[in-house]
Amino acid sequence: MPLVGSWLGMNLTVDEADAENHAFFAWCGKHELRLQRWASNGMLSYPPSTACPWDGSTEYEWAPVEGRGTVMSYSEVHHPILPAFRDQVPYLLLLVELDAQRGEPSEHEALRVLANLVTPEGELAPPEVVRRVGIGTRVRMMFADVGEGFALPQWTIDDSVAEETPWRYPQE
Amino acid sequence: MQSDDVTSTAKFLRDKYALVGVGETEYSRNSGRTTRHMAVEAIRSAMEDAGLGPHDVDGMMSYSAMDSTMSPTVSADLGIRLNFYADIIGGGSSIECLIGLAIGAIEAGMCRTVALFRSMNGATAVRMGGSGRGSAQLSGGALFNTVYGQTSPAQMFSHSFMRHMYEYGTTPEQVAHVKVFHSWGASNNPKAYYDQRVTVSDVMESRVIARPLHLLDCCVETDNATCIIVTSAERARDCRKRPARILSVVGRCTKPRGDDHHQHGPLTRVAGYYAKDLLWPNAGVGPEDVDITGSYDAFSFTTLLQLEDYGFCAKGEGGEYVSDGTIALGGRRPNNTAGGHLNEGYTHGMNMVIENVRQLRGEADDYCPVDADGNRQHTYDYSEGGCRQIRDAEITANLGWAMPNTGSALVLRRG
Repeated sequence: MPLVGSWLGMNLTVDEADAENHAFFAWCGKHELRLQRWASNGMLSYPPSTACPWDGSTEYEWAPVEGRGTVMSYSEVHHPILPAFRDQVPYLLLLVELDAQRGEPSEHEALRVLANLVTPEGELAPPEVVRRVGIGTRVRMMFADVGEGFALPQWTIDDSVAEETPWRYPQE
Repeated sequence: MQSDDVTSTAKFLRDKYALVGVGETEYSRNSGRTTRHMAVEAIRSAMEDAGLGPHDVDGMMSYSAMDSTMSPTVSADLGIRLNFYADIIGGGSSIECLIGLAIGAIEAGMCRTVALFRSMNGATAVRMGGSGRGSAQLSGGALFNTVYGQTSPAQMFSHSFMRHMYEYGTTPEQVAHVKVFHSWGASNNPKAYYDQRVTVSDVMESRVIARPLHLLDCCVETDNATCIIVTSAERARDCRKRPARILSVVGRCTKPRGDDHHQHGPLTRVAGYYAKDLLWPNAGVGPEDVDITGSYDAFSFTTLLQLEDYGFCAKGEGGEYVSDGTIALGGRRPNNTAGGHLNEGYTHGMNMVIENVRQLRGEADDYCPVDADGNRQHTYDYSEGGCRQIRDAEITANLGWAMPNTGSALVLRRG
């Protein structure tokens, strides 16, 4: 069965033939972050792919991964391109480095997951929350339900750790 | 550094091919005509420039974002019968790639002289910045970016730009100088769509698109066609103008994880870091030998990142390099002297190569007077509305950009 959903008025589908993405989003639908762990070297990879990015091997399992990390970079969008985002500006594009496998297998590598900043309830963050977040902010993954058994990963501020002042773009 | 064996073939072709003709249409935001009509004009102009007729050109290639006419159509309009053609998909970084492929096609005996074109209604038809097209139904890779409102190049590239500011202390004012200095060249270029000089304040006060980019950090999308003609150095001798010899070329070189370079990092590194190890050894020159650069400026910041990774300054010092006057008209190594994509017009790279060909000939089409024989009398007075010819330019480098993870490059010398 294809996964079918809707987010901010955009229609989302993942066909079964798109097997790796279908499995990834089905796990998201259960509110679990699972990534491919490759049998050949035990490494996790992101985003889903048809073969291991390091050696091209094809044997893997879907391994549970903790959805916590640190904002590595971001953009704050003020000029929306997509109609769905016209009423959402400014919104954040957060590139987040997962704690899991950070700096492996080489110094500059990590599992980096793009998503928006949302409230704990899953709504895109309002401007006063957007202004609290920058490089260094600790975030945790939450899942925004978009359809039957189908959810999108999103980032929200991790309230379980003391909030430190992040690095923000200098011109405010 | 790659081993010598890997690059030795290209070394043998150093200096053996040349760019012999260049041409373009007007840069506008309301062409009112088809990409076919514009392509024919640009190719005819380049053929005229090279002194070539329809029977002298037997190869044709183009690049497009599925938004343009194709070689069999325009060649027929020009009375050209082709021995070879290929129309490829792609935007930035395609022209350097096609120049390399044209050399290969000629070397393989498939044809003798190749016209390369890009024709686009980039303002009035397909906008790279997008208008929300294709967002009604999302699947596959779009579920990892478009769904989050990350779809335009500005949004996609900003992670690299922002991280550069964080790691190296690069300031928005430093980056704004790219637009400022490119506008100096544009003010001395009658073809430029934006031909007024701007200041750092103008950039900083323009509205925010996607931090760290302001409106004036972004290029101007325009309607236009451009053409460059490639042939062997031997045939170049029979052409009308002084050739620009090709010292080396790199086509669509990538970072590791070409699909998603964020995964490999460093985030601020661009494909030029890898391309330089092919480009400079094959050319037999280095950054210090280059008189003029053509570092792609879809955004002010792309120019900076590429100049760093190709070795024009140390990593992290790009902010200083682009703001200390080096890249300005009249500076030690000017960049995009015609104004680039930020000012002259948007061609996905070709106009920056065309400019360097004209610079190497000493034929920058600025506001200097033309004598009775049709030769421009350059004054080397770079004030507004004056000259933009660089004195005794001998070697140029074009650094083409598709995205942080893909780039192409080209080194030319005065033939």
